[in-house]
Amino acid sequence: MKTNRYEKMFDRLQLKKEGAFIPFVVLGDPDVETSFEIVDTLVGSGADALELGIPFANAVADGPVIQRSSFRALEAGVTPAHCLELCRRIRAKHPETPMGLLLYANLIIHRGLKSFYAEAANAGVDSILAADIPVGAAGPFIEAATETGVSPVFVVPPNIGEGALKEVARHGRGYTYVLGRAGVTGADRQMQTPLPQRFEALRAAGAAPAVVGFGISTPEHVRTALAAGAAGAISGSAGVALVEQHLNDKAAMHEALTGFVRQMKEATR
Amino acid sequence: MVDSTQMASLNITHGAFGPFGGMFVPEILVPTLNELAHAFEDAQTDVSFQREFETLLKEYAGRETPLYCCRNLTAGTKAKLYLKREDLLHGGAHKTNQVLGQALLARRMGKTRLIAETGAGQHGVATALVGALFKMQTCIYMGATDMKRQAPNVFRMRLMGAEVVPVEGGSGTLKDAVNEALRDWSQSYPNTHYLLGTAAGPHPFPTMVREFQRVIGREAKAQMLEREGRLPDAAIACVGGGSNAIGLFADFIEEASVRLIGVEPAGHGLHTDKHGATLQKGRPGILHGTYSYVLQDAHGQVAESHSISAGLDYPGVGPQHAQLYADGRAEYVGIRDDEALEAFQRLSREEGIIPALESAHAIAHALKLAKAATQPQLLLVNLSGRGDKDVEHVRQHLLF
Repeated sequence: MKTNRYEKMFDRLQLKKEGAFIPFVVLGDPDVETSFEIVDTLVGSGADALELGIPFANAVADGPVIQRSSFRALEAGVTPAHCLELCRRIRAKHPETPMGLLLYANLIIHRGLKSFYAEAANAGVDSILAADIPVGAAGPFIEAATETGVSPVFVVPPNIGEGALKEVARHGRGYTYVLGRAGVTGADRQMQTPLPQRFEALRAAGAAPAVVGFGISTPEHVRTALAAGAAGAISGSAGVALVEQHLNDKAAMHEALTGFVRQMKEATR
Repeated sequence: MVDSTQMASLNITHGAFGPFGGMFVPEILVPTLNELAHAFEDAQTDVSFQREFETLLKEYAGRETPLYCCRNLTAGTKAKLYLKREDLLHGGAHKTNQVLGQALLARRMGKTRLIAETGAGQHGVATALVGALFKMQTCIYMGATDMKRQAPNVFRMRLMGAEVVPVEGGSGTLKDAVNEALRDWSQSYPNTHYLLGTAAGPHPFPTMVREFQRVIGREAKAQMLEREGRLPDAAIACVGGGSNAIGLFADFIEEASVRLIGVEPAGHGLHTDKHGATLQKGRPGILHGTYSYVLQDAHGQVAESHSISAGLDYPGVGPQHAQLYADGRAEYVGIRDDEALEAFQRLSREEGIIPALESAHAIAHALKLAKAATQPQLLLVNLSGRGDKDVEHVRQHLLF
């Protein structure tokens, strides 16, 4: 099988002894064009990969910052079709950057499981994480992902059982999303370092590289996660808050995002 | 009626109702839901648990509730209309049945804090009263819109020591309150039980809530047999999430002669976009942890529902109702806001019973059936709650 973009990225970073920095933003916030520019800035400022959300009004795993981001996109009339088109444009401009979707299951099954994965693959998406599909219920989603060459990504929360952890290791591809803490997304409560044993257990079970998310908002959090054994860190709310703060001044928004990504990426070195 | 091209094959293994149900939640909630499912299964066969539950239902909540045959409402028709008087239950609605069961389970699991969502406020009031009874810290999430239209219930909850947290997101109604409660639980699970208020949500809630509400139909069946010597021709209940309806239906599902009729809120009319008729106008989807019918737009975004009654204002529905609908075992019909308001007034004026606006939907449909009856008909309606909470809201609508 052809080495995928995630594998290439982790191989390249390992050679340089670096971790991956992966920012998350909601596609279409505050509108389709600005969203494209934002993602472009993230990559241009050093993001190793992208985690992109599709707006959903019932985002039960998300805190207030990401919720507001979703609502802004929805109010701008952004649909999943717009988001897939955005992915296509991002892929055209950045052919090597791993790009994952993070979304809620109803948006997938509404378009039809297989058609959604096929459309996403066609738009250049590398992985899909369905926030409300736990690995134990993921059979048909894994099947659709496998058939279309999309990597299914699963979450490892602090309270995961041994059985579920093994299932995540068996079925997850691309990377493994390890939660930095319980709760929903947000920079208001910072990560607690997952125990090094967690990363060892995932490696021993043959899981895809572990990346920590939830509560990662400073370079210090990135360093802590990597020191504990993670292969990278995902940060969402902190960057999205910068978008929100500078909605009326695009130049300042891009400047703030550039500074943020550079700082966070620097911490992976 | 069911468009099979809209169905997803999800191979549901936990809490399946035919192709519906399941446990579609973030991974972090899975261990907690499994713990709850095991505690519930153990309790079902634990004699001391069942005895305490029954004692509380009897001595604290006031079971059994009466079955009342309306004296005036169906005069001149061929129908007899029996009301299962859950409105007389402590707390003012059927909700008290299942909160007692879940609070006992919470205590059994060693939880010290309860959270709940509420729409009309009835489930919030019920959760607040068990919170007081079991000395548990209680936090109720309630949509900001609902807090305005159900102000008396907000005060009741606070009076019983519960914290009521307004939810501003979305439309500020029941679905947004559920979202917020799920977010709370994803962090608070070590000491907190989420006391979900209806027979929807992820496994084991649809099964557990049905079992704790089953007493409604069990009693009504026995009372009807005693009074009439036969089963009713139809069992009728309003459906928001569907807990009072599934509680009434559960013991009649195997009785093929009994029509099961769920009454959904048709709001301004089923031809408009202002209603909450999830089964009749929605399509299969995943909302709040379960695969069932969901009101949604052309892109899969969950639609905003509408009903004059906050307790029915929900764009989802319990998965067993989806199954009963898909199988054709139960019928689901719509009653508009204005029809519910009329039934609310008629039951008040003609029987001296002020029903909850939710239950008024079921009454309105029963009155339609009574009027159309050409043969003697025995109609059984679950009068799921009383209308005290709605009096001010209705007064504003009618401009008395």
